[in-house]
Amino acid sequence: MEIIKDGHIVANDWRHLSDDEALPEQAVTVSLLRWKNERDRLLACSVPLGLRLNSDDSLEEIADDLKYFSIIVLEFRQFTDGRSFSLARLLRERYGFNGELRARGDFLRDQMFFLSRVGVNAFEPNGSANAQELLPALQEFTVKYQAAVDVKEPLYRRRK
Amino acid sequence: MYQYDNYDQTLVNERAAQFRGQTERFLKGELSEDQYRPLRLMNGLYIQKHAPMLRIAIPYGLLSSRQLRMLAHIARTYDKGYGHFTTRQNIQFNWPKLEDVPDVLSELATVQMHAIQTSGNCIRNVTSDHLAGVGGDELEDPRPYCEIIRQWSTLHPEFSFLPRKFKIAVNGAAKDRAATQLHDIGLQLVKNDRDEIGFEVLVGGGLGRTPIIGVTIRPFLEKKHLLSYLEAILRVYNRFGRRDNKFKARIKILVKELGKEKFTEMVEAEWAAIKDDLLLDLEEIERIKTFFQPPPYVTLADNPLLAEKTAHDSQFAAWFRHNTFPHKMPGYRVVFVSLKTPGKPPGDLSASQMDVIADLADHYSFGEIRVTHTQNLVLADVKQADLHDLWQRLKSLELATPNIGTATDIICCPGLDFCSLANATSIPIANGIQQIFDNLDYLYDLGDIRINVSGCMNGCGHHTVGHIGILGVDKKGEEWYQITLGGSSGKDASLGERLGPSVAKDQVCHAIEAIFQTYREHRLEDEAFLETVRRIGMRPFQGRVYGDN
Repeated sequence: MEIIKDGHIVANDWRHLSDDEALPEQAVTVSLLRWKNERDRLLACSVPLGLRLNSDDSLEEIADDLKYFSIIVLEFRQFTDGRSFSLARLLRERYGFNGELRARGDFLRDQMFFLSRVGVNAFEPNGSANAQELLPALQEFTVKYQAAVDVKEPLYRRRK
Repeated sequence: MYQYDNYDQTLVNERAAQFRGQTERFLKGELSEDQYRPLRLMNGLYIQKHAPMLRIAIPYGLLSSRQLRMLAHIARTYDKGYGHFTTRQNIQFNWPKLEDVPDVLSELATVQMHAIQTSGNCIRNVTSDHLAGVGGDELEDPRPYCEIIRQWSTLHPEFSFLPRKFKIAVNGAAKDRAATQLHDIGLQLVKNDRDEIGFEVLVGGGLGRTPIIGVTIRPFLEKKHLLSYLEAILRVYNRFGRRDNKFKARIKILVKELGKEKFTEMVEAEWAAIKDDLLLDLEEIERIKTFFQPPPYVTLADNPLLAEKTAHDSQFAAWFRHNTFPHKMPGYRVVFVSLKTPGKPPGDLSASQMDVIADLADHYSFGEIRVTHTQNLVLADVKQADLHDLWQRLKSLELATPNIGTATDIICCPGLDFCSLANATSIPIANGIQQIFDNLDYLYDLGDIRINVSGCMNGCGHHTVGHIGILGVDKKGEEWYQITLGGSSGKDASLGERLGPSVAKDQVCHAIEAIFQTYREHRLEDEAFLETVRRIGMRPFQGRVYGDN
């Protein structure tokens, strides 16, 4: 399966493990619940780890664990739920997360520009979506009024 | 007024292009109705009773004559020749075709207009005082801050999918003409004890199903922190506002459920973490202020001929007294264009009227027009010497009804005639009340009365804050109306109290007349309607309205 990462279409090299699946010998992401329940066991494995966050998960309680993850997946169960936009920005700006930040699930093409601005750099759409067709959505706007993760200065400091 | 540069223009062009693509995808079936809905709403497009309804942003109510001519063109070309001004200083068109809307947005972009975020669960058009810059009671012109907020909120990457809609109002005058206590965020320009000007920040006000008056969470905010403080409030709301129930999703419910102290603590904690990274440069404030400099007034004395004209022409005198207001510059007046002609839908204006008003604005008022939240227009900078000519022109357009602030200057939503949310009609109710007044003496005798009519509890007609509020309800398929008394959206903001059981449609005017009579019998000398209601309470009105039934 293909995803979009850093503006390119690439193969998905992460497996999203459900909470009752056995750990395979490959890079996996786990839910926050599983992480909390099996933290030590997961850390003892030598496979790269990623964390999946729902929009209502609390960042504050896992801030110290972020260093163990090379990817954080923001799960979109409903595209109208905008909480993950704040989570993304906090992960980047407050908690200094530098790894891959991926939106997964029910987000709209038309949200990708916003998501890219709050620090999301990878997109794993729901089943039927075609990554190639989604790619131009990242370029729909060239003007950005606000400072965010992608542009550190608001437009009023950049106007010429 | 603010003028777009290349950045602002590019953004509205890109937005129009994006919406064209979204609409094409929807019409081709690539986007479902559920997926298209939030996208079209964020461009002001509703699917209404008869046709789509397109709401176009008029940032803080300010229009150039060129923009008003474009609205006339749109009314003529894509609609049925008229538009409806709303209580949030926007304009709505009720009859565009869905497939034409991308063209409408492209045309709007050519005059620096758009429909961005006029609906949807995002930060809406920021509203303000329609007398900004010309009223004498102003600490500072609020419009530069409105424009700064407009830019900050436009396509905000973090806050475009909020739990619910989000409205911000800014007021700079002593009198609150922007209803700041009834917005998700209200900003009032204030001076602190060191003589610095900043903002008092109110949160959690709003109308609709659960009307609540906002609370002050910060008595003084330095200007440089304006945007970081807004971001802090919005982030707390975006993360913790309720999303499980649409009717409990506004920030007012979050503030209420957490309590003001806890909510304030969360905002302040969030703000402490970001305030130094997002400073609003004072140079930027100054740059934006240059767009809102006073127009080139000429030095005039107050016009002596005016007294003579008003003495000889009682119709002109009535218009002068009710539809013009003092201006801070000698020799000038503020002119209200009444969109409350009896028998016409309140707030409606035809394309040909728009064109003439644009011409009048060019001729008499530096080419600018303002929209008030009471659904009238304002020509803010008219020479006193021109008033009589202007009055005659407005009279010939049927836009000089001398009724501003009176019982026939009714705020009214489109109601069941147009809106798919409505339970009852509202325009016929407003028109019925206007018909009570067969002579102006009776109207003027009643003095200042704000009557607000909404066709459903969503409250677009702001019934909760009317001195007299009228709310349409559905009773077994019939239209009934609940009456409230004592509401106000001014500095002394209050929510109206229910008078009693709802009344049938054909009884509304009788009830309103009974309320007027009760006021006339009980008022003390110069006491205004609202003061009498507050003094004597509901009972005398109830006796009169329900007593003989």
